[in-house]
Amino acid sequence: MAKRIDVKDLDIYYGDFKAVEGVSLTVEPRSVTAFIGPSGCGKSTVLRTLNRMHEVIPGGRVDGTVALDDQDLYAPSMDPVAVRRTVGMVFQRPNPFPTMSIRDNVAAGLKLNGVKNKKQLDEVVEKSLKGANLWNEVKDRLDKPGAGLSGGQQQRLCIARAIAVDPQVLLMDEPCSALDPISTLAIEDLINELKSKYTVVIVTHNMQQAARVSDQTAFFNLKATGQPGRLVEVDDTQKIFSNPTEKATEDYISGRFG
Amino acid sequence: MSSITGHSAIDELPTGDGRPPLEADQAGTGRLGDRIFGGLATGSGILVIALVTLVGVFLVWQAVPSLLNNDANFLTSREWVTAGENPRFGIVDLLWATIITSIIAMLIAVPLGVAVALFITQYAPGWLSKPAATLVDLLAAVPSIVYGLWGLQVAGEYFEPVARFTDTVLGWLPFFTYTGTPSAKSTLAFAGIILAIMILPIVTAISREVFAQVPTTHKEGALALGATKWEMIRTAVLPFGKPGIISAAMLGLGRALGETLAVTLLLSALNASESFNWSIFGGGETFASRIANDAGEFDSAQKTGAYIAAGLVLFILTFIVNAAARVVIERRKAFSE
Repeated sequence: MAKRIDVKDLDIYYGDFKAVEGVSLTVEPRSVTAFIGPSGCGKSTVLRTLNRMHEVIPGGRVDGTVALDDQDLYAPSMDPVAVRRTVGMVFQRPNPFPTMSIRDNVAAGLKLNGVKNKKQLDEVVEKSLKGANLWNEVKDRLDKPGAGLSGGQQQRLCIARAIAVDPQVLLMDEPCSALDPISTLAIEDLINELKSKYTVVIVTHNMQQAARVSDQTAFFNLKATGQPGRLVEVDDTQKIFSNPTEKATEDYISGRFG
Repeated sequence: MSSITGHSAIDELPTGDGRPPLEADQAGTGRLGDRIFGGLATGSGILVIALVTLVGVFLVWQAVPSLLNNDANFLTSREWVTAGENPRFGIVDLLWATIITSIIAMLIAVPLGVAVALFITQYAPGWLSKPAATLVDLLAAVPSIVYGLWGLQVAGEYFEPVARFTDTVLGWLPFFTYTGTPSAKSTLAFAGIILAIMILPIVTAISREVFAQVPTTHKEGALALGATKWEMIRTAVLPFGKPGIISAAMLGLGRALGETLAVTLLLSALNASESFNWSIFGGGETFASRIANDAGEFDSAQKTGAYIAAGLVLFILTFIVNAAARVVIERRKAFSE
């Protein structure tokens, strides 16, 4: 179910502008990898190449390979829609579909896949909401609009929506940056549970969060102002936070940056 | 709407639902500028309400005496004799023609307008979407008399074969029977098509505005679930735009119901002796075209009152349509934020 991600010599462009250069890293199945780094260094951009969401932006393209187990996501025969069905994503701001009920939000992905059987849908909705630690809070109001939940609940709803289609990998783009500390804690606990089933990659600005939830940490930085972002260092989280190889990493995590 | 940027404490009120409370806030300071602007805004609001009320009062005031004098059933009679001691007039023909031309116009203009708006906002490349939008807006600037002339002189000729073909295929339904008189360009169906072209820019412009406002996060949410472009539009864009589409359709419908010049030019009136038929390939008159055609007859209060009564029905009809649209939008409000 969970798959391993291999990124090799990845360059990412917005039109003619090279945003990220030469990223190579491996993410093991059933592990959590955190992307940290200053704003604008390309961590979210790299994350979005892992499910081909990058090319949704006009002019977005990549060079290099991203492989899921041994399958190249950017092979010409690969359908980006199929990729996104295997690699789920949770965004920075909770984005449940405002016109849908809680139930329909969770079932949205399955319905796109053509599942119509109501019993099957209900089962998956319950399982996914339980998986996102939201079931007890919403089980009595599944038909209410998803937008009526609190921010933290909405974000867990989005996680439920993402895991409902049984992805191999779950990408999270600063999933807690719009949430209060208690909701953040709930999401972090959830990430710990999710890693038993999924490969998780999370972008975060919060270094304590990276230290708490991840097994592996990748530090990104700009080469210089106006230059493309690059991967400075990737290693076990413990090592990155206690004894990083690169000076830039140490400066960043100790707050002596810039 | 919680989907727009920025956030205020007022959005967090328990009753808020993201909406400010109904009473006015207390942000006014009592300074001169505040009082002048507040007064102007309030005055304008009152003016509009007063205008609508006065129009309604005027219509009823003028219509009632003639209606009381009417010897026929106003709502069900097909007769239209407004002069003399015993006037007999009814609006059922006019109502039918008005509604059927508007329905035809809506059936064409709403799907087409939504499709054009989707093309402009979701599919067209950047260099094309602006000019395309401007061109569609230009359609709205064409005077209605020009549409009427164009329909009569140019497009109408090409409608004859369409009417004949429809009659051959679907003629067994009374709805689609075409006898050849009046000529195809003077039928309800063709008037509906011209109306459709006239309201297309309204529907397109408003739908385009709402589609352009669909938050990127919603669209990306759908795409990240593995939606194709069309599925993304169905999951994120259309539901978000639905209240806007309904408003657009209602504005268009309002225009179609009341459009006068083009319809007057095109439609051929039925003879009073002609028996009623259900075909959209027949002649007829709408409320507006009947009033415009007979404007020369407004020489006595009695006659004028009869036409004003017809105008009153049109007024009420538009009112009902708009109210119905409001109800539809309100009912799904919790889901549209």
